[in-house]
Amino acid sequence: MNADLTDDEIDILIHQVLDIHGYDFSNYSRASFKRRVLRLIDLFKFKTFRELLTLVKTDKSFLERFIEEITVNVTEMFRDPEFYISLRNDILPQLATKPFIRIWHAGCSTGEEVYSMAILLKEANLLKKSLIYATDINPGVLLKAKQGIYPLSNMKSYSENYINCCGKEDFSSYYTAQYDRAIINEDLKKKIIFSTHNLVSDRSFNEFQIIMCRNVLIYFDKTLQNNVLKVFDFSLEKLGFLALGSKETLRFSDIIQNYVQVNNQRIWKKIQ
Amino acid sequence: MEKNSIAKIVVIGGSAGSLEIILSMVPKLKNDLKFPLVLVLHRKVSSDDILTDVIKLRTTLKVKEAEEKDILSPATIYICPSDYHLLFEKDKSISLDYSEKVNFSRPSIDVTFQSAGDVFKENSVCILLSGGNNDGAKGLQFTKQHGGITVVQDPSDAEVSYMPKEAIAIMEPDYILKSSELPDFINSL
Repeated sequence: MNADLTDDEIDILIHQVLDIHGYDFSNYSRASFKRRVLRLIDLFKFKTFRELLTLVKTDKSFLERFIEEITVNVTEMFRDPEFYISLRNDILPQLATKPFIRIWHAGCSTGEEVYSMAILLKEANLLKKSLIYATDINPGVLLKAKQGIYPLSNMKSYSENYINCCGKEDFSSYYTAQYDRAIINEDLKKKIIFSTHNLVSDRSFNEFQIIMCRNVLIYFDKTLQNNVLKVFDFSLEKLGFLALGSKETLRFSDIIQNYVQVNNQRIWKKIQ
Repeated sequence: MEKNSIAKIVVIGGSAGSLEIILSMVPKLKNDLKFPLVLVLHRKVSSDDILTDVIKLRTTLKVKEAEEKDILSPATIYICPSDYHLLFEKDKSISLDYSEKVNFSRPSIDVTFQSAGDVFKENSVCILLSGGNNDGAKGLQFTKQHGGITVVQDPSDAEVSYMPKEAIAIMEPDYILKSSELPDFINSL
């Protein structure tokens, strides 16, 4: 826990991962990145930084674990109930008249928030004309997202979140309990396409009415935040919505003049 | 150097029994502190900002909930938002982090103390108050190893003494202070 890494070591690691594997972490927020690397060293019980570096360079299968542990994959269903109330009451009704709703959930991690959105769409009777593109840098977590199998023990707090965001149904009707697992219903999965996408290097791939990207930008520096927001802006239809995490903002970005904030939740509407 | 750039940081971490100390302390702080004061308090997850408002009422210092990429300014109290860890960047800005809980806590005091020690080294001052878990102890140890100044509330003075005691058990703080001594201590930094 009290191990330390020099700035040079962090730089070397970032350059190797980029040179060999093409993943660019150089514009990730340094303080968080360093913590993640130290955590990884602790987790794998590496005795030295060299040991980690060698494995990163030589073992392709380790790289996937590396990406999975370096990126933060903490999420939950209906995280920030007030945000979901706003989606339900303010945003979805504005999209109800559209013939088709395309949603991009960028940085979806293990998928809990994607299924939360699918539930809201279903309850608004919009799911059948919607398609959610759920993307993440990390193939391992996307597989979990696609499976939609979560610890049953998490469902109690998710159910509380659901009730707190004015959920009217029986939350347990959205999954099947099997031993200690909760398996999300197939009908919620049908309208979701899971795919890898790296916000650092990959471009826009469609035009959307809603883009969700929650608690991803906080790990990026200002330059990268701005670049990613431009990709979102390019991918968002006029009058579409951009939804960020509860502490993220468009305030300092180049795209802010195209947007108005919808309410005190972190949702912006594209006005031009 | 920019006019508003800062050299030093003071971080206060606390849990059960620490809010009262903060509320009675802030009115006694000088309004021209040369450094920012960062508060990391364990509390219930909530999206509103009551703690910030409550502290604002008691001081003429600037008070704000910390936002990511905020550039630290002197004479300002930054409140760590609930449910996020708070880290410092080398450019003296704030990063927020939604990673795993540490010591069952988010925000974790250890995380912010360690980051202060890492970035500000001997110019970091970390103060651990009353509380009922072991968060903060390892962070103080880290800060001390990196040359920072460490302060623990006198366990006999703490409403919940477990947290100060845990720290004292694994490291030797530079100061053990009663809560009534905190304002003068901070004003003299």
